[in-house]
Amino acid sequence: MAIAQATIDSVGEATDKYKYGFVTEIEMDRAPRGLTEETVRFISAKKEEPEWLLEWRLKAFRHWLTMKEPTWARVGYPPIDYQDSYYYSAPKSDADRPKSLDEVDPKLLETYEKLGISLKEQEVLAGVRNVAIDAVFDSVSVATTFKDRLEKDGVIFCSISEAVKKHPELVKKYIGSVVPYSDNFFATLNSAVFTDGSFCYIPKGVRCPMELSTYFRINASETGQFERTLIIADEGSYVSYLEGCTAPQRDENQLHAAVVELVALDDAEIKYSTVQNWYPGDENGVGGIYNFVTKRGVCEKRAKISWTQVETGSAITWKYPSCILKGDDSVGEFFSIAITNNRQQADTGTKMLHIGKNTRSRIIAKGISAGKSQSTYRGQVRINAMAEGARNYTQCDSLLIGDKCGAHTVPYIESKNRSARVEHEATTSKISDDQLFYCLQRGIPQEDALTLIVNGFCREVLQELPMEFAVEAQKLVGISLEGSVG
Amino acid sequence: MTTSNDNGLLADHTALAAGLPGAGAGWIDALRADGAKRFAGLGLPTRKVEEWKYTDLSALARSRFAPCCGAAPAHAKPEIPAPLVKDGPQAVFVNGRFDPELSSLGGAPEGITALPLAEAIAQMPKLLESYMGRVAELGRKSLVALNTAWLADGFVLHLAKDVRLTRPLELVFWGDSGSDGERSAWHPRHLIVLDPGASATLLERHIGRTGGHFANSVTEIAAATGASLRHYRLQDEPGDAVHIATTEVALSAGASYESFVLSKGAVLARNQIAVTLQGEGASASVNGAYMGRGSQITDTTTLIDHAAPGCTSSQTYKGVLDDRSRGVFQGRIVVRKDAQKSDGHQSNKAILLSDRAEIDAKPELEIYADDVKCSHGATAGELDDNALFYLRARGIPEHEARGLLIDAFIDGAIGTITHETVRDAFRDHAEAWRQEGGT
Repeated sequence: MAIAQATIDSVGEATDKYKYGFVTEIEMDRAPRGLTEETVRFISAKKEEPEWLLEWRLKAFRHWLTMKEPTWARVGYPPIDYQDSYYYSAPKSDADRPKSLDEVDPKLLETYEKLGISLKEQEVLAGVRNVAIDAVFDSVSVATTFKDRLEKDGVIFCSISEAVKKHPELVKKYIGSVVPYSDNFFATLNSAVFTDGSFCYIPKGVRCPMELSTYFRINASETGQFERTLIIADEGSYVSYLEGCTAPQRDENQLHAAVVELVALDDAEIKYSTVQNWYPGDENGVGGIYNFVTKRGVCEKRAKISWTQVETGSAITWKYPSCILKGDDSVGEFFSIAITNNRQQADTGTKMLHIGKNTRSRIIAKGISAGKSQSTYRGQVRINAMAEGARNYTQCDSLLIGDKCGAHTVPYIESKNRSARVEHEATTSKISDDQLFYCLQRGIPQEDALTLIVNGFCREVLQELPMEFAVEAQKLVGISLEGSVG
Repeated sequence: MTTSNDNGLLADHTALAAGLPGAGAGWIDALRADGAKRFAGLGLPTRKVEEWKYTDLSALARSRFAPCCGAAPAHAKPEIPAPLVKDGPQAVFVNGRFDPELSSLGGAPEGITALPLAEAIAQMPKLLESYMGRVAELGRKSLVALNTAWLADGFVLHLAKDVRLTRPLELVFWGDSGSDGERSAWHPRHLIVLDPGASATLLERHIGRTGGHFANSVTEIAAATGASLRHYRLQDEPGDAVHIATTEVALSAGASYESFVLSKGAVLARNQIAVTLQGEGASASVNGAYMGRGSQITDTTTLIDHAAPGCTSSQTYKGVLDDRSRGVFQGRIVVRKDAQKSDGHQSNKAILLSDRAEIDAKPELEIYADDVKCSHGATAGELDDNALFYLRARGIPEHEARGLLIDAFIDGAIGTITHETVRDAFRDHAEAWRQEGGT
């Protein structure tokens, strides 16, 4: 049918062009290529870290040497040579850290402007768009905005390197508490070589006055990015956190192995939203980011963690944002849209571990595959024996565009408690001819009809995103359809 | 890696195989040798094998078994039930061996060949050679390999073109410890071949007395164009038996396969059913109910492979788990690249009756074609409080109300059985199971 072809073409066209694929020429300060104990020491020394952190890194590194790369995910890629990469790369200007935005390397600011998230603009428009941004360029945090405003409420929002220096007691207490250094191959690698990331602490009872945002970008070539994010929401607090990522277009594969740890203490709520748009490689699968990310949060009593993700980038996505529902009455949510095109591969999903009584979780995952891509939902819901009255609802829907792509669903559902109710539903289909016909019949042009249907398909997830991101995400989802008009 | 030789599962294979039916024929020797070699290499699957993530065979691996296929007559006199359909053909196997005296096959009508495997090897080697080990390929399936190594007894059914077998053919498997009191293992191997347009109904009953036996059966089914098979299984093995049944089905264009497994016996039971929809418009309806109490583990693992366009498949499973029992459901639907217009649905629902019961479900979709309608659903929970209240409010005692709800729940699966007599009989067995538990 012509419509199917039109859809394939439009998706192809739209995702062909990767508009974030520019490189910024900035002098870089790099660690020597390769990964040894020396590299770990070098990174730690560069960051002027205390002894305990170096020890922790070394422990992770030694453990990593004993580990094997996991192969269970439905993704295929040539073996990664971990010795053929740079593990530390920082803009030179980092040597004398910018004290305010005025001192930030103007080229960097230009980069952000190109990306449409001008830091300056952020500060100027304070109060209009209430978003505080911590920008991480390659591996190093370059600027954090709105610090003063946040400090008034006692919110700490800075790079993790800064937090190590200024709030060592918090970092020491929580780092590795959710994702231990020995967790998995990529998380362990990250623990050894992480270079920066964001740190956030919301004090007791504080509702963070604005949305916090981190923007990640890989700029240098042959560099891995290993950032580590730690968010602690103290009792009764609330924070909404946004994360965005892009990378320049290159024909080699770059490794991104991040770790995100969330701690939601009693009655706290963390909303974590991601728009992941790393460079996906070209239509033949050359280049692109390998995105191997470990994200996990722990909920204490009555706490809530909500993950929302829009995954459109990366050659390979390997990512399972999870919730450990430890406290009674805690809530975990996972909303996901994963779009793959060309030769992208995504293996993503979530884990909900119900430990406390009356814990609840909801999973809504939407996968859209086009081109020759493969997309897999892989998730686990586990109800432990003590989780009286636990409740889970999972819905995974896949939409296929074209006959050369694949969509797969691999849920693991384990219930050890009689009073728990677990429901799982999954469907796979193509864009419905009936729906298209219905729209066309009412004079809606084909392309608009497609937009309408795909947007409808993703709606449950899109509406979970904060305003700032919803626009960008809708655009990203929409690109699968724009271009077919006219 | 392997400890398989330690528990006697392959003991004296080379020597014993030389005495098995058909030994000396090149293809059968090769098949058995291949099975033995692969099993020796693979051993019993451990939980590290993804397909066995939830079912632990380590107790089986630690058990010792009498050397296979020795004449192990029954320890006690087998009690064989009357055929479900009056005067229907019945083939009886005692401890894995065909028992001609207990069986009543009658004269097979024109176009139907129904023989124990040993006789079939002698009478129709060509047919066997072209199907055995072809539908159930060995690959990395160690239990199929083990079965193939000991391929000797079982049943062969062949229907010529457009022949219909009207009454269900009933296979009864009765097992105990054997006269020497040792735990024994047997590996029945069945082959069902339906020529174009043929149709049959097959009923299996697995029963016996305690004795800790290990039954590892493999059934290969090939249905040609437009053929159809109904295949019902009642697994009511004694409480200390291990029951593993592998069924592999290949369906040509327009062929259909209906399967129902009622699993209520054995300490560990696993039914693995793989159906390949090879021809356009083939259809499979694969259903079952599983019930567990004590420390039973009941595992259902299915794979429906849509390899041709326009095929349909549906799966409906229901489970009721009491005490410390554990249910495992792993169901996979694969739609291959060119299998457009595929329709595949699956549902698994489990009720936990006790605080210590557990259900592990892993429904999987693996889809490589776009014009498909596939779905799966899985639920786990307890009996509906509202429904219970409704019944109690109408003066029905709790005990009875619970019974009604459990029966109604299970009936959702049993209702898929299209053979009326079998459906009624299975319903009675499900109710009997419930009453045994005092619910």
